[in-house]
Amino acid sequence: MSRPMQVSRYWRHFREKYRLIGGKCENGHVHFPKRPICPVCGSREIEEVELSGKGKVLSWTIIRNPPSGFEYYKPYPLALIELEEGPIVLAQLTDIDPEEIDFGMEVEVVTKKIREFEEDGIILYGYKFRPPVK
Amino acid sequence: MKKAVIIGAGMTPVGEHWKLALRDLAVEAVFNAMDDAGIDKVYSLYVGNMISGPFVEQENLGSLIADWAGLGNIPAVKIEAACASGGAAVQEGVKAVLSGLEDVVAVVGVEKMTDAWPNDATRYLAYAADAEWELFHGASFVALNALVMRYYMKTHGYTEEDLALFAVNAHTNGAKNPYAMFKRSIKLETVLKSPYIADPLKLFDASPVCDGAAAVIITTPEKAKELGVPKEKWVEVAGMGRAIDTINLANREDLLTLKAAKIAAERAYKMAGVEPKDIDFFEIHDAFTIMAALSLEALGVAKKGDGAKLAREGQIAIDADYPIQTMGGLKARGHPVGATGVYQTVEAVLQLRGEAPNQVPNAEVGLTQNIGGTGSNITVTVLRRV
Repeated sequence: MSRPMQVSRYWRHFREKYRLIGGKCENGHVHFPKRPICPVCGSREIEEVELSGKGKVLSWTIIRNPPSGFEYYKPYPLALIELEEGPIVLAQLTDIDPEEIDFGMEVEVVTKKIREFEEDGIILYGYKFRPPVK
Repeated sequence: MKKAVIIGAGMTPVGEHWKLALRDLAVEAVFNAMDDAGIDKVYSLYVGNMISGPFVEQENLGSLIADWAGLGNIPAVKIEAACASGGAAVQEGVKAVLSGLEDVVAVVGVEKMTDAWPNDATRYLAYAADAEWELFHGASFVALNALVMRYYMKTHGYTEEDLALFAVNAHTNGAKNPYAMFKRSIKLETVLKSPYIADPLKLFDASPVCDGAAAVIITTPEKAKELGVPKEKWVEVAGMGRAIDTINLANREDLLTLKAAKIAAERAYKMAGVEPKDIDFFEIHDAFTIMAALSLEALGVAKKGDGAKLAREGQIAIDADYPIQTMGGLKARGHPVGATGVYQTVEAVLQLRGEAPNQVPNAEVGLTQNIGGTGSNITVTVLRRV
């Protein structure tokens, strides 16, 4: 998959991927990304909620054999991050020495380039997580 | 209720088949299964396949394979459930027979993976994950399993060595399987010294990219008798279950529970009227060593957190209480993704007929468990000697 023609496929997730917009049902269950029905209680009354982007590393890996399109970054760390509102998010870690990553480490969201397609292709941006900037 | 029996089983060796196309592999497996049953006609075909589109630009496998195998103008479709496509295809074939709508059904699982560049193969395999929320971020399938592996080791206090024992066991058994991709045993150090693909997951924790096809013929006992298939060839599909879990790993209720496997297993056990202790051998989905550990827990063979302990205590070998991967499993036999569930079925059939190269003594009941996605789509099937 070298040149995606469906730009709209990525544009439709701008808000979630730039601002970490999740869903919150009428009973207060928060999830990410926003879903049409609450996975906990089944309510369809879901409102959008912007997540803080603060969380802790639950587990991580260093990708050495990436899927095509990500060769440029290798090796790169990928983590499951438990956000302070509860949901778990999968994202790359950035601005960090892989040796320093640890369980429970505090991280915060940052908008970064995710992927670039060649020549006249588009550039994708989205969330990554990094150690908090004091 | 009607019963379903498998009366024929066949496969191709798993490997890098540079000279063979997807259709060649599938047709060979179908012919082997039909010859094994001693029949020359089937009335329906189910094809288990995961990603023929990206890998070889071929969909519509029902038409392709039925046409090339000369099966005539029968109904034929492709069944897709990620890496559980083979297991799902077998179950769809059984359902068709149990419903009474179809009476001699062929099921073939096939995948041709070596025609692609490695990084493209890595990408295609990740199509089983959530494209927008996992692959978008550069997650490979191996990486998702590595995230689970690290969390499992931390939570239950295991080391990389503990999980490596599953790979060693698979290779010990695969060494005797003429159809296995890796017909050699390995040492623990071999696993531990292999390079990281996604830390802490190493090359030898993972199953290989490969090609292969396997097939079975399913019918009712009445029809099998009518066709003159000797009873020694029959293996009953005694129970089956299937369930899904969240496609996105991050949305899982509990990262370390294969809930879909648990539900599927409960259904299969209930239908077959058996418990885990009644099962003589398990062909589980060890695409990665961590999945072997979690599967044993989900199937009720080990308590939560004790899956890897079974390997450490030597309880998974052919002559132990819970033999797993009797023909090498996905690790050593190979994992041609959409074909794997059918390979497991063929191997279980051979065990139950007493024809396995690595025979489990007096095997009467066997179980196959096939995982699609990172535990998101799972089939469990219980097979019994007739």
